[in-house]
Parts: sequence; structure tokens; C-alpha cells
Amino acid sequence: MSEISTDLVRHLAGLARIDLSEAELESLTGELAKIVDSIAKVSEVATPDVVATSHPIPLQNVFRDDEVRPSLTVEQALSGAPEREGDRFKVAAILDEEQ
Amino acid sequence: MAKDKLLDFDKALELFEPVLGFEVHVELNTKTKMFCGCANAFGEGANTNTCPTCLGLPGGLPQVNRKAIESSIRLGLALGCEIAENCRFARKNYFYPDTSKNFQTSQYDEPIAFDGSLTLELESGREVTVLIERAHMEEDAGKLTHMGGATGRIQGADYSLVDFNRGGVPLVEIVTKIIEGAEADAPEIGRAYVSAVRDIVRALGVSNARMEEGNIRCDANVSLRRRGETKLGTRTETKNVNSLRSVERAVRYEIQRQAAILEAGGSITQETRHWHEDSGTTSAGRPKSDADDYRYFPEPDLVPVAPSRDWVEELRASLPEPPAERNARLRDAWGFTKLEFQDVVNGELLDIVEQTVAAGASPADARKWWTGELTRIANAQGVGVATLVAPTDVAQLSALVASGDLTDRLARQALEGVVAGEGSPAEVVEKRGLKVVSDDGALIAAIDEALAAQPDVLEKIKDGKVQAAGAVIGAVMKAMKGQADAARVRELVLERAAQ
Amino acid sequence: MSDLIKLSAAELASRLAAREVSSVEATQAHLDRIAAVDGDVHAFLHVSEHALETAAAIDARRAAGEPLGALAGVPIAIKDVLATQDMPSTSGSKILEGWVPPYDATVVARLRGADLVPLGKTNMDEFAMGSSTEHSAYGPSHNPWDLSRTPGGSGGGSSAAVSAFEAPLAIGSDTGGSIRQPAAVTGSVGVKPTYGGVSRYGAIALASSLDQVGPVSRSVLDAALLHDVIGGHDPLDSTSLGNAWPSMADAARRGAAGDGLKGLKVAVVKELSGEGGGFQAGVKQRFDETVAALTAAGAEVVEVAAPSFEYAVAAYYLILPAEASSNLARMDSVRFGLRVKPEAGPVTVEHVMSATRDAGFGAEVKRRIILGTYALSAGYYDAYYGSAQKVRTLIQQDFATAFAQADVVISPAAPTTAFELGSLVNDPLAMYLNDVTTIPANLAGIPGMSIPMGLAPEDGLPTGLQILAPAHQDARLYEVGAAIETLLEDAWGHSLLSQAPLLTEVTR
Repeated sequence: MSEISTDLVRHLAGLARIDLSEAELESLTGELAKIVDSIAKVSEVATPDVVATSHPIPLQNVFRDDEVRPSLTVEQALSGAPEREGDRFKVAAILDEEQ
Repeated sequence: MAKDKLLDFDKALELFEPVLGFEVHVELNTKTKMFCGCANAFGEGANTNTCPTCLGLPGGLPQVNRKAIESSIRLGLALGCEIAENCRFARKNYFYPDTSKNFQTSQYDEPIAFDGSLTLELESGREVTVLIERAHMEEDAGKLTHMGGATGRIQGADYSLVDFNRGGVPLVEIVTKIIEGAEADAPEIGRAYVSAVRDIVRALGVSNARMEEGNIRCDANVSLRRRGETKLGTRTETKNVNSLRSVERAVRYEIQRQAAILEAGGSITQETRHWHEDSGTTSAGRPKSDADDYRYFPEPDLVPVAPSRDWVEELRASLPEPPAERNARLRDAWGFTKLEFQDVVNGELLDIVEQTVAAGASPADARKWWTGELTRIANAQGVGVATLVAPTDVAQLSALVASGDLTDRLARQALEGVVAGEGSPAEVVEKRGLKVVSDDGALIAAIDEALAAQPDVLEKIKDGKVQAAGAVIGAVMKAMKGQADAARVRELVLERAAQ
Repeated sequence: MSDLIKLSAAELASRLAAREVSSVEATQAHLDRIAAVDGDVHAFLHVSEHALETAAAIDARRAAGEPLGALAGVPIAIKDVLATQDMPSTSGSKILEGWVPPYDATVVARLRGADLVPLGKTNMDEFAMGSSTEHSAYGPSHNPWDLSRTPGGSGGGSSAAVSAFEAPLAIGSDTGGSIRQPAAVTGSVGVKPTYGGVSRYGAIALASSLDQVGPVSRSVLDAALLHDVIGGHDPLDSTSLGNAWPSMADAARRGAAGDGLKGLKVAVVKELSGEGGGFQAGVKQRFDETVAALTAAGAEVVEVAAPSFEYAVAAYYLILPAEASSNLARMDSVRFGLRVKPEAGPVTVEHVMSATRDAGFGAEVKRRIILGTYALSAGYYDAYYGSAQKVRTLIQQDFATAFAQADVVISPAAPTTAFELGSLVNDPLAMYLNDVTTIPANLAGIPGMSIPMGLAPEDGLPTGLQILAPAHQDARLYEVGAAIETLLEDAWGHSLLSQAPLLTEVTR
């Protein structure tokens, strides 16, 4: 059976920066446990002799020449910003007072 | 911030063996960023060099810069590394506001270069070989500015501002294997290692290589092992040590700080520490809760990099002479002391001094002009020293002094003229009429005039008061507007007194 | 209802070229249709304010004798997953509500370059996670065949738009079936090209190694015409293929005209034929009839085994969440999109990000991000993501075996007809199984198409036939697809969509 616990889901939500409520944590724990049980079977056939495929159509050495392309204008770059100050994106303090 | 207790360095070495490791980030000087065509330039207005890709907008996709791959391979080869036959980029997942996609595109278990080494020569003549674990490619983050609060630091800031011009700039991270047996040389090894990497990067021309501008950044890992034990101690990682001197100081500081803690029965916390240039201390960074789980996986938006052996060999053939070998060769040929030579290297003047010597100047003259007067003028004008005059100008100037046509003082005036764009040294001498008056007749006339004004001087000299000649020499030099060889004037005055 | 909206894109394009009708008239007819029925269908999240202006400019250029593209002046609906400079691009999510990108996706730029007329942005499950559009933050779309049912997903807005005659063409994106399954349940045509055949630049990424943008239409030829416009190499997408592609439209015309079915080798994959159950009886029946019709037309039908397909859904639900968890990390309230202040605790950037992502993401997105974070986290990578990548290899091998014996592989495109809205939305696992037939093609990167296969007898709703071809053989899909389309329509005596109940046009 799955080892998905509410604490694990809380940890994962922290890594993924989603501030889940306790109710969400509870319901997600149950759902994830079921899903993980049903998908864990991939390891049955993933034996060491099978190579992994990360790209469906294999390509290699796809490069771009080192030539400048036009950038966005500053106004375009900042057009979606929830908050800005001058030409920079504004975000809340990184540390709180105790840190 | 409480002040750290430090144990005396010698005492620390008596009790513990320092174990080192370095991660050096080299910012490549490609024209464009690592994964998009935005200009690799961030001295300009904020967010002027951004696009959907480096700004992490939904739908943006990366495209690898061929030149960055080439520079990484060349750097790897210069560090004696193997070049991977096949390697991939990977996503390093963590949230931070300067990281636009909230993952850094980096390399994980498949670096482009690995298993290299670098041999350092210390002041004492001791040779130390540092093994390179890997050199991998990655992208830089944007720049955060912390606003409000007293210090401009992250602590106490009210909010922060982000400029993504630097985001996506190509970096090569060079990681050493652990360095054991450093002993009391540990701080110097740190400096010598970073200096050697800097010299290589500079010789390759793959980076602007200015530590003070952050083109080369060093993270120093330090741990202590109690004498007689085999197990490695817990290490700290001191971040962003941005000058050669700071690397040396930071390593020394961490050795003394950790030794004091261990000696008092405490234990070391595995953490990131920040180096403070002003106070010469380190302080604990915020313990990163996500640090142990970056959820690396192969970057699905990019395909593998498989440099052909032909390409690698072509790049190998294009490598310049290794800086350590070149330095040894030139120092020997020029007969400089270690200190003199280091002055030239640190001033980034090696190439130009070499060219000046090739143009006919003596090595000593070439060094003297470039590290002395020219560096002074460049600093005063805030420009690069190489832009002031050509190596051939310095060689010509040096020849004029050697032939006695110019005194040092006149030569400096001539140089001013060359810097001001008045022409070659010979032309400036001509135009400004700076040439030394070597016509004894003119000098004797001036001496006669001076002696007429100070009739007692000859008597004094005859009485053995040779220094009395100074007054006459001064008067003659003044009359000749400095364009006389003072030594010759002195000779003539003494001859007259002896008559 | 104007007859203009009933025309295929190919017919409309030729009438536009002959100047029998103007693009403004065609565009207006579709805008009128949208105004009349979209209140019920909800195919669109945004209707363009610039469509008539764009159409007028194209008419003017045509009048001036300028050379125009094959589909010039034809209106098109664009799935909201694509970045459009003149319209919001939300990917069906609250977190991107109102976001107007400062750039066009490559596919959008190519549509504009070929003088098509963007009508608006179509609804979708949030970030393309779902099979019904019920996970759209802006409410579900409705199936024009039965408004109480889903038009499929994630691209249900695009399938509903073409099947409700609100647009002759639409763009979709297919990560695990999001073009083909909606096509199947609405009686329309949808194509997932070979991975890398169409640029992903500017397509809001769900799972980078699976996503592919493709055409949605009412006929194989129309899909082919659109494929020719949007396909081809794009240096901005490093996974884009450099192939010199043949004309898909020529392939479709060849298929419709000739007797290409004679001697065609067709493989039926045992694991996707419904023999093990799990398929609706009417879907199975129509599929068996289609196989019989193909045999009668001279095709050679063989059954092949694909033992690894059993693991496809499991592998997919590891790879997709893993890649999505990373792709969606950029939705962080810093550079664009929603920003929500935390209700309690210190207002640090970390808390703002977490509060924003909690408020801005729907339940399914959160579920998959957490699942993907788990699959990638230290200690689990090899067992989950690593194993799933190995299953991809096995599935590619199964396809290689099948294509060694056959030119194309066929199966039902969806296991059931359109299901009732609300019936599966709270059962994620059952919802995931809707993609059982379509997922293997995404894992292998091969092209796939869904075309109408008749109505299921028990509910009178459309069923879809999936046709799969080897990688790079998209043209073969169009040739075979058009041939089968012609075979079936000749047998029915009409196209399937001509039987769709016309929606009541409400005058607003």
C-alpha cells in the first residue's frame, strides 16, 4: 500500500509552494494514495536492461548561433507585473522579521 | 550579530587538519545569453535585455547557445578535463524570485567536462595539484535589490526589486574534489587556485574574468578533521568570495572559527555562510529547507549535447599555452622577481608587456612603464590601460631614454603627449621640443651664466663642499627648461672647479 | 443561420479566393453564430475585438491583388493554451486571468502570417489537465450534440467550436489525447502531429515531452490545410524537427480521390480494441463495423499485441505531473498573473507565492503538481519518473513491432461517447482512463488522428476512429484518414456532423 501520509503531502505542498488548507491536505492525501497505488506498477516492467526515453523523437546538438535577437521592450517585459517600481518587478520581503 | 570566537591559526592547525573544496562560477562573455538571443549585458537599464524565455513567461522555451558550449568545452580542456561524449541539461527546481522559471537550467549527473586537474605553485615553491571533479554549464539568476531597512541587505528589507537582465547569462561551474593535505597553506591554496582559474579563463578569452564585477565567483568549502581521525568533519560553504585576497581570508577565518567551536566541544552546522568583505568575517546564511530536494530531472525542452570528437580536438588545438607554463617561461626570460611578475599578471598586463618587449623595450622598462606611469594615468582617467598607448609607443619611449635623448622626466611628458593623441613619442618630442640638450657648448654657456650669479660656488667645491654644485645645477636645469641631462651638467660643473 | 458557417474551410477558402464572399462576411457570420449559441455551448473564453478589422484588411489586400495564403480570410478559433499578443491567454486558469502576453506563439504568428482571422480563444481544462473542460476555471463547455454532456477535454472548447459551427477551424493541443478525444466525442476531426512537427514556442507547457499543437476541424482536408500552415521547423523550439514535410493537403486530396485502401495494411492493437472490456458497446460496435468496411474495401487488417500499453496510463500519470510540476512553477505572482496576499502570517515573498498558487490553481492542478513533486523528489525518482521513462521505451518498441506489420494502427479514439457533465469530475482515476486509447501515441511521439466513426446506437452520440502512423509519417495519416472518411461518408450518404442537432439560436 501507499506510504502517502498527510505529513508527506504537507511537505510536498511546501516544496511546490501551495498553501493548502487542512481540508485540502486531507482529501489530497486520500486521492494521491489511490493514484500512486495505481501508477506504481510502472516499476514492474522497468527492468535495468530497458533504457529510458526522455525525448520521444531523438535529436542531439540543437544549437543557436551566438547572435543577438531583439528583446522585449521594458514596457512589454513589465506589462504583466502585478507590482513594479520603476523598471523592476516588485516583490514582498524575502525574509520576515525574525529571519 | 554576535562576534565569532576564533582560535589562533597555528593552534587550530596543531589540533585539526583543514579539508577544502571550491566551486568557482565563471560567467562567459558570449554575445547572447545561454538559452535565448537576448544580449549578455547587464550594466544597462533594468529589464532591457529580456524575452519570454529568460523572463520565464508561459510558453517560453530555451535554445542552447553554441558559443557557450564551445567556451565550456575549451575551459574544460584547459582544466585537463575529459569532455563528455553525451551530456544533458537538467532542471534544478527551487523557488526564488530571482529565478524566473523557478528552476535553474543546469547540468546534474552528466556534466560537459569532468576529471581534470590544476597544479599550483605556492610562494614557498611547494607544488599542489588540485583535482577537478567537473565543470558544468548553467544559467545565472536575475539581480535582486533589497529595499528599505538600514543596510540594503536582505535582512530587514521591506521589499525587493528584480531585474532579469542577468537572468540566463551563461555560467560554467567548476567543482574541485576535496583537497586534503593543505595544512597551513590552506588559505594560500585557496587564493592560488582561484588565481590559476582566473588566469586560464583570461587566457582562453571566454570570460571578462573580473572578480570585482562578479565574472568569477568563488564558494569555498571548509571542514576540519581532528588530528588522528579519518572521518571528514562537517563542512560549511562560504558563498560569493569575490577577490583573491578574500578567498585567502575567508578560508583562514573559517578554519579559526570552526576550530574554536570544535575545541569548545561544539559541533559545526552544515550551512551556507556569507563572506563580509568589510569586517572580514562570515555569517550564517538562512538554512535552506529545500536545499536537499532540488528534484533534478533531464530538461525536456532541450536535447542532448554530444560534442563530436573532431570538434573537441579542433577546440583542443586552438587552446593557448597554459598560463602556468607561459608565466614560468616569461618570468624566466624576463628575469622578474615573483612579486614583480605578479604585479604584471594582476594588472592584466602580461600580453601588453610581452608585446612591448617584442617591440624592442627591455622587460624591466616595459614593466616599469605599464605597471607605473600608465596604470596611474589609466586609473586617474578611469579607462583601461591598454587603451592609452600602443606597446610600440612604450618601446620607442624606452629607446629614447636609453639613448639619452630623454630623461625620465621628459619621457613622462612625452608620454602625456602620446596619451593626449599628439602622435608617437618621437613626434611628441619633436613638437613639444622635449629633447635633452646634449650640446655641451649650450650647457657651458648656461653654467657660466649661473656661476656669474653665484661666484662663491667654485671656491666651495674646491674646498670639498661638492654639494654646493647643486645650486648651479638647479639654475642650469631651470634655464634649460628641464631639457638637460642633470648628470652631464654636474660633470661639467665639477670639471670647471677642477680646472 | 448563415450557410457560410456550414462550409468547410476548404470550400470557404475557395469562395474567398474567387471573391464570391468576403472575409468580413465570413467572419461576421461566425461572430453572429458565436453570439447566438455560445451562451449555451461556452466554447469561447474570449472573442476577439479585432476579427472584423483583420478580415477587412485581408479583403483589402486581396482586392489589391496581393498573393495570399491558401486559407486566407478563413476564421479560426485558438485554444487558450497559446500565447496571443492581442487576447488574454489563460490556459483555463484563474492564475493567468486577464494576462495578455507580450508575444505571439509561433503557431499564432504563422496563422497571422497566412492571413487567417483569429476569432477568439477557446475553453479548456485548466492547463490542459482533464478530459471534459470541467476543470476550466471559467466553467465547462457543452457538447453541441447534447448540452448536458462534455465536449471532451482538455480541448473541449475547440471541438465544441467547430462542431457547433462557431468556427470552421480551431487549434488544439494534445498531451495525452486533448485533441483526439474531444474530436471523437463531438464528431469532428482532430490531429496530433508527430512530436516536434509543430512548434511549441508560446504554447503554455503542460508536459514538455508530450505536448503537441495540432489542427481541429470538420474534415480531414481542412485539418491538413491547417497543418500545412502551422507545421514545420521553428528554431525557437529545440525539439522542433527539421524535416522537409510534404504537403498534408495534397496527401488528404490523394486519399479522398483514390482507392488507397486497397492493399493498405492496417493493424488493430489487441489492447486497444475493446476486447478486454472497458469500451462502451456502441463504440465497440462501430469500431468493428469500420474494420469490416476497411476489409471490404481491400485493406488487409491484422491484429497485433502491444503488451506494454497496459502500463501506458500509469507511465503517463508520472511523466505528465512531474514535468507539469516544474513547468507550472513559473506561476509565482512575480512577473505576470495573479497575486494574492496571505491571510495570516508574515507577508514574505514565499508566503505570497504559496497563497497565490493556492488561490489560483484548481483542485486537479494542485493534485497533479503534488503528485509530480512526489514523483521527482529525492529517493523516488528512479522508481517513478525513471521507470515511467523506461515504459516509454517499451511502448515505442510495441509500436515498432506493429508498424513492422502494418502501415497504420487503428483503434477507437475514446472508450465511450461523451459523458454527462459532472459524472466523473470527482473521480480522477476514472477520468484518467478516458485517455487510455490516446496516451500511447504521446508517449511514443507518433502522429495520431481522430475522425468520425458513426453514432453509437444506444445514445445517438458520435464515436471516433483513431488512426496512428509511424513518427514523421503525418502525411500517411492524412491520406489514409481522408480515404476512410470518404469510405464512411459514402456509406452514410452524408457527413456525421450534418446530423448534429442544430442549436437553437437565441437572439441576444
